[in-house]
Formats: sequence, C-alpha cells, structure tokens
Amino acid sequence: MSARQPFLSDAERAAVAELRGHYPDGHAAIVEALKAVQRERRWVPDEAVPELGDLLGVSPHEIDAAATFYSRIFRRPVGRHVISVCDSVSCWIMGYDGLRRALEAELGIRYGETTADGRFTLLPNCCLGACHRAPAMLVDRDLHEAVDPGRLRALLADYG
Amino acid sequence: MDTPLTANIRPGEPPPDRRAYEAAGGYRALRKALHDMDPEQVLDELKASRLRGRGGAGFPTGMKWNFIPRGDDAPADKYLIVNADEMEPGTFKDRHLMEGDPHQVIESVIVGAYTIGARHAYIFLRDEYRLCGARLGRAIAEAEDAGYLGRDILGSGFDLTIRLHTSAGRYICGEETALLNALEGKRPIPREKPPFPQASGLWGRPSVVNNVETLCNLPHIVLNGAQWFRDLGRGEDGGTKLYGASGRVKNPALWELPMGTPVREILEEHAGGMADGYRFRGLLPGGASTGFLVEEHLDLPMDFDPIQKAGSRLGTGALIVLDDRTSVVGMLRNLEHFFAQESCGWCTPCRDGLPWTERILAALEAGRGRAEDLEVLEMHCRFLGMGKTFCAHAPGAVMPLQTALQYFREDFRRGIADGH
Repeated sequence: MSARQPFLSDAERAAVAELRGHYPDGHAAIVEALKAVQRERRWVPDEAVPELGDLLGVSPHEIDAAATFYSRIFRRPVGRHVISVCDSVSCWIMGYDGLRRALEAELGIRYGETTADGRFTLLPNCCLGACHRAPAMLVDRDLHEAVDPGRLRALLADYG
Repeated sequence: MDTPLTANIRPGEPPPDRRAYEAAGGYRALRKALHDMDPEQVLDELKASRLRGRGGAGFPTGMKWNFIPRGDDAPADKYLIVNADEMEPGTFKDRHLMEGDPHQVIESVIVGAYTIGARHAYIFLRDEYRLCGARLGRAIAEAEDAGYLGRDILGSGFDLTIRLHTSAGRYICGEETALLNALEGKRPIPREKPPFPQASGLWGRPSVVNNVETLCNLPHIVLNGAQWFRDLGRGEDGGTKLYGASGRVKNPALWELPMGTPVREILEEHAGGMADGYRFRGLLPGGASTGFLVEEHLDLPMDFDPIQKAGSRLGTGALIVLDDRTSVVGMLRNLEHFFAQESCGWCTPCRDGLPWTERILAALEAGRGRAEDLEVLEMHCRFLGMGKTFCAHAPGAVMPLQTALQYFREDFRRGIADGH
C-alpha cells in the first residue's frame, strides 16, 4: 500500500471489506464492491480501481475487466438522478420513441448526457420487465410504468 | 383451476410476510422434505413430475439435477444458483413471483439445495429489480430468524446459507455459464460446455443454475406429488405456466394457466384480443429470442414441443404481439439492436454479425435498403445459427429475423430503395 492518502473513504473501505467476507475469494466481491463505490459517488472513478484491487486482493486489471463490462457501472460522472429508459421491444411498440423525444426535449439533453445543472443523466436501458405497463423507465431506484410523455414534468419534479 | 405459483400473490398489495406465508401453507413442503423424505426421494418425485425449465430452454429439471454428484463420495461444496437475471425482452414473470411471494422463492431454494446437497445458494438478481431485491432480502432475514436457514435447519442436520447477489446489467449474464463467471467476479463471457456446471460450475464445484419460476414449482411437487403436477397441464407437459402478453392487446398482463393452453386462448380470452383499431399480424411466443408465430399457429398449445415444431420456441411464455400499424422492419431493427448491444463480444460471428444485421435493418426501415439486403440478412441467419457461435445468444437473436423474413417478406422488400 502506498503511504499517500487513500482515495476511497473509510466508509467505502469498510463496505468493501464487509462484501469481501461473503465470498470464498475476493474476485466474487468485485461487482458489489464497484456498486458500493457507486452508491457513495454515483460513479466509479479510475482512482478507485487500484484501491479496490488492493482491498480485494486481486489485480486492478481484473477490477477493470468487470467494471468495463457492466452497463450499470458508470465510469463517467452522472447527474444527481439517472433516468434509464426501457428501449426494448414491448416498450418500443407502445410508444418508446415518443417518450424518448419528450425526455430529450424536456431535459435538453440526449442519451449519455447530463443536464447542465447536474440534475439528470439520461440513458437507455434493456427491458425493465414492465412490458404489460409500457412504456417504462427507471429514475434512480424507482420504476415508473405506463409513463405519459405529456406528464413528464410532474413526474420529474419529485427528483430535485 | 389450480394456480399454485401465484395463489398468494395480490397485485398492488405487499407480499405475504413469513407468518402470512406459513398461514397459507408455506414452509410445509420444506418440513415434509426435511422430515419425511431423503434427498433422493425428492429428486425421484421431481424426475417423475417431468418439470421442464421455465427460463427458456425447457430442459428437464430432474435430469439436470441428476448429474450432480451425490452421496458420501460427492464433493462437500456444491451450489444451487437461482437465475433471477430476468432480462428477456417482453418477459416479466419472475419479477411477479419475486415481488409477489418472496418466501415461495426462498422455500424453493431451501428444498432444492437439500435435494442436491448444496450448503450454499446464490440468488443472482438483476440490478434493475430493486423491489425484488428488497423483498427477497427481507424474506431471507425472516427465514433466518425462523430457523429455515442457517445451521441444522428444523433439526434435520441440513445447513444452508443464501446470498442475494445483485448484478449490474448485461443480458448475457442470464446465460448460465456466463452467470457463473459473473458470480465469480470474472468478465461474464459464456464458458465452453462440457464440462457442464453440474460437474464443474461455480468455483469448479458441482452446481445447478435454475430459473425462478422453475424452482417455485418444487415445493408444490413435494407437497402434492408428481402425478398431481403432471395432471395440471393440458398437453404433453405438466404443471402451470406464467404466460404474459404485451403489445397492442386490450389487456396486457400475466396469467398462471395450465401448461399447454392454446395460443389463441391466451391472446383472445386472457389478453382480450387486439386493442381497438389494431389487427393481429403475428407474435413472438416466448420473448425476443423466439421465432414468429402467425394466424395459422394460433390453435397450437403453448407447450415446448408443439411450438418448437412450428419453428419457434416456447421460451419464457411471454407473448409479444405484432399489430398491423407497427413496422415489422422497425421491430426487427429494435430487436437486433438489443442483441447486437448485448453480445458479449467473445466470438466473431456474433460480435460482428449482429451489428451488421442492425445496420441493414435500419437502412431498410428508412427506405434506403439495397437489392441484395434480404439475401445478406439470410446469410447472417445461417452464419449465426445454432452451432456456429460460442453460445445460444446469436442463434436466439436471428430466430425472430429468420421467421420475419419468411412470413413478412414484402415488408422488407418495401424498404429497398428504388433503382438499386
């Protein structure tokens, strides 16, 4: 370990150590450890990678191999709230294109972008399992089903 | 009509907690298995039930479990893994079971682990299913408090821990060997088979990976017997099935019905037929990776073999309905975009072939297609077919494409630009 000030907070380090204890080896805790960092910072900065490797006893490359594969591990900064719009087939049939256009117009951003005030990041997402109540989207942890594109402003007002 | 899997589920209400689940007969199957049956008897009952996997492939569950080494010479570490990574577009059945009756999932895991002699079980849950995660987590804690998990469960000498693992996206994680790599913290690329997971699975130990709905049948088979289960079905296969319907139908929803219920009955009686102003053109019977069925197939039973004989797959039993006002080519472009994006990238035909089909479909959708595009799409359907790629991702991806080219060829032709 280097003598420099660690990048990860004490809380993050404790969370990772706790996760490590659930598995026979450190590799298996990689994804949950990345998510623990993301819970604190909303994304996983490069600086976290070698330290996670140290904490889990695995090479930083192995951390990166997982961290670059998963769509819901964010490797660039995101806004305070992440909107994940279901772009799979049932939602597409039921008006996904209109919902996407309405979101882009309301927020003034496109997929992969964050509003200038840092409030929202907009992303597409695979099928959310709400096919019978399409179109659907997640805002942070909340599933919104049968979203009416005309009522987005009221829906998003809950996310400050 | 018997609906064992959903009997306790009241949509819009919180799920039964441990006491409510017990009051409805819950954990009786676990007591019966632990106290009155040895693991081989449970396995015999499961085999006799002829339960087939509900995750899409339809492999007989008893046969799958039979490959697990058992007895005194078997390895001490074995694993039962629940595939709760439901991400097949159009499918929302496992979510319903996990949100609606989490203790049923937990009891199923415990009975299953007892049967194969696993002392550790993992539930592999997709990240987006937050409510499932919260409810399963609470059910695990309640089961631990009640002595259904941990050491010497109900005085039987059987020990079990369940760990709920939440993943972080990517459809390929639902492929059972990719799932094993994901659980081990490796890049989730499918593994070569053989060895099969029952011989060398999680950390090289004997493992079975089963879908949520599949496992949820187990307590009911233990309680009521194999014959009862077989009699639930209307066709060749036994049990019930969670069928769903989405798209432009009057009542898109999910129903637990006898296995083998005809497609037309699901579409017209349960889903209420097409929404006003829309006409039926076809449907994918079991999620995005299944082939189209059309009018002539509507009287087929929704059962594994009849749907396969019709050139499709039962898959997850989630009907995705295509109407006359939705672009066939656009729908295929959406599907192939999904499969191209979700390819793990390991083998070249899948990694390069699927984006190629997506580009052609986008051109056809925009009316900029070329005369040879249909033949190129058909070439990809051959090159990406079963046996040509490392896993079943690409063969599943081209099933809707191949069948759409067969049934809706004119729609594709109309996308070819004039003069080319």
